[in-house]
Amino acid sequence: MKVAVIGATSAIAQEVAKLYAEAGASLFLVGRDETRLLAVAGDLRVRGAKEVETFAADLADRSRDAALVTAAGAVDVVLIAHGSLPDQRAIDTDAAAQAAAFELNATSFIALATGFANVIRPGGVLAVIGSVAGDRGRRSNYVYGAAKAAVHAYCEGLRARLAESDIAVVLIKPGWVDTPMTAGMKKNPLFAGAKSVGRGIHDAIRKRRATVYLPFYWRWISLLVRMLPARLVKF
Amino acid sequence: MSAYESWGRSIPSRPARVVETSWTSAVPPQDDLVLPYGLGRSYGDVCLNNGHTLLDTARLTRFRRFDAGTGVLECEGGTTLDDILRLAVPRGWFLPVTPGTKFVTIGGCIANDVHGKNHHRAGTFGRHVRSFELVRSDGTRLRCASDENAALYRATIGGLGLTGLIVSAEIQLRRIESPSMTVERVPFRSLAEFDALSRTSDATHEYTVAWFDSFGGRDSRGIFFRGNHDPAPPAPKMRRPTGEPLPLPVAQFAPLLHPLTVRAFNTAYFHANARPKPQRVDYDPFFYPLDAIANWNGIYGPHGFLQYQFVIPEEAGLEPVGEILDRVAKTRLASFLTVIKKFGALPSPGLLSFPKAGTTVCLDFAARNTDVLLPMLDACDAVVEDARGSVYPAKDARMAPERFRRFFPQWEELRAQADPRFSSSFWRRVTS
Repeated sequence: MKVAVIGATSAIAQEVAKLYAEAGASLFLVGRDETRLLAVAGDLRVRGAKEVETFAADLADRSRDAALVTAAGAVDVVLIAHGSLPDQRAIDTDAAAQAAAFELNATSFIALATGFANVIRPGGVLAVIGSVAGDRGRRSNYVYGAAKAAVHAYCEGLRARLAESDIAVVLIKPGWVDTPMTAGMKKNPLFAGAKSVGRGIHDAIRKRRATVYLPFYWRWISLLVRMLPARLVKF
Repeated sequence: MSAYESWGRSIPSRPARVVETSWTSAVPPQDDLVLPYGLGRSYGDVCLNNGHTLLDTARLTRFRRFDAGTGVLECEGGTTLDDILRLAVPRGWFLPVTPGTKFVTIGGCIANDVHGKNHHRAGTFGRHVRSFELVRSDGTRLRCASDENAALYRATIGGLGLTGLIVSAEIQLRRIESPSMTVERVPFRSLAEFDALSRTSDATHEYTVAWFDSFGGRDSRGIFFRGNHDPAPPAPKMRRPTGEPLPLPVAQFAPLLHPLTVRAFNTAYFHANARPKPQRVDYDPFFYPLDAIANWNGIYGPHGFLQYQFVIPEEAGLEPVGEILDRVAKTRLASFLTVIKKFGALPSPGLLSFPKAGTTVCLDFAARNTDVLLPMLDACDAVVEDARGSVYPAKDARMAPERFRRFFPQWEELRAQADPRFSSSFWRRVTS
């Protein structure tokens, strides 16, 4: 089994990759920072990965997409997990920064998912990390949310297209997770650990689920937030 | 989510800032006094840096290299013993030395030069550390081993995290043939009986430790635990907890922690365990009985607890140990869990290492009735000092600064080797 992990140095992606390594899978890791990628690769080798390849690329840069997909070769599972959570208030009036955030969190996902859809073996899985933020636009993170909403809609269509080739598209919608991405946020009891979210993703891929909220209670929180009338959504 | 407390929860502390230190390429910030923080399992203030910066190593947990032939493991400084056991045990290797919890980091094990039930055979954790990489606040990265940057190697082992950030370490694991243990529980009825039992058992058993009923002073009862790794494969009924520890609401039980209930518990515990027939168990419940409950420290209620561990050197005999146990019994303060063990003579490479050949006792007290508790512990310190013993900094929250400096006259050498930008609440308390 070969697993490609895009954004492999993220805390959540590392947890998922560990589970595949422990099962003896081969891994193809993509991340921006070469030193960090090598540290992750070393860890996965010790844990039992059959083979680990690394590919350093800045995922905000579209010019590497084709080379990246070619380098990965035929794969069974792809997890697209990169991204960044911009400080919405800091970019509220900065169109260029908003476009860059959208590019990294939506366009690059779509480009890579499109590319990988061609190299995933039949029976394989394309897993994409969306967010509960994509379920409703909110003042505190609407550019990030808009990007994730684009990813969500894209995944729904892609799922229908790839069903013919027996490739499952798994859309993960995590809530708040205690990772470096949320380091600046004040933690509350709804925050989940990267390890448990990693296990949830691994499980969702194995079961070929369509859409998964992690932890599970976010399905209900998100439903509630979606049902709120617009005049109440001021947060 | 973490409050950056210490395990005893008796010292209010708030870091001014926490810096996530998730990669070995990290360089400690230079604008404040910093201290590495692992899992916060030391009991007092050696892991606290009140009003200053903590370097959180919770994600500095990657393995780097493991040789299944030689048992040499290299991993990042925040890697936990739990992580290592999950990797090593199925491959036939075990920790060379382990404290009573697996939820501690390699960096913490080195910084406190921890010991375990096999001290009489294996010495401290530091003896099994082949090398480590230290990052200083000026950005220098140093590989330290017994023959490379030797002074820093010595100072860092037991160096309370003050010599720099341990980003990775290389340790020598110990071969095992099976995850199972053969364990015996032998009742004893006095300190002298414990001592005799210890002397014979240390020759036949790799792991020895005793639980002691602190209410009866030196003539109290106890249970002596002794065990060896068992070469036979585990029996199917042996259980090992695989998931996360249970977050039980133990704080609800805090009011139950009264001298009378502890007394009743001790009686029940003594009789329940007084069966010396050898038993085969998995290593996990043998080494880590308390790890099954996530926050057992919550049982002491809102004020937390104080742990007090001292060692009386062999030359001083048992008398000072007996004197302290009698003092504790006289105050009628309930030490919920009293543990006693004889340390062996194997030297540690560490400069400020706590263990030395002799008898060590560890007591814990709810941090209540401090007007009785604190003077009693000061009086115990005096007995320890007269016997030329010492008190364990990793558990301490209250020893007098002068006392620390007399227990550890090498502290000035540690100060010389320490990183000028590294400090801790403990260090400021005992050196100012």
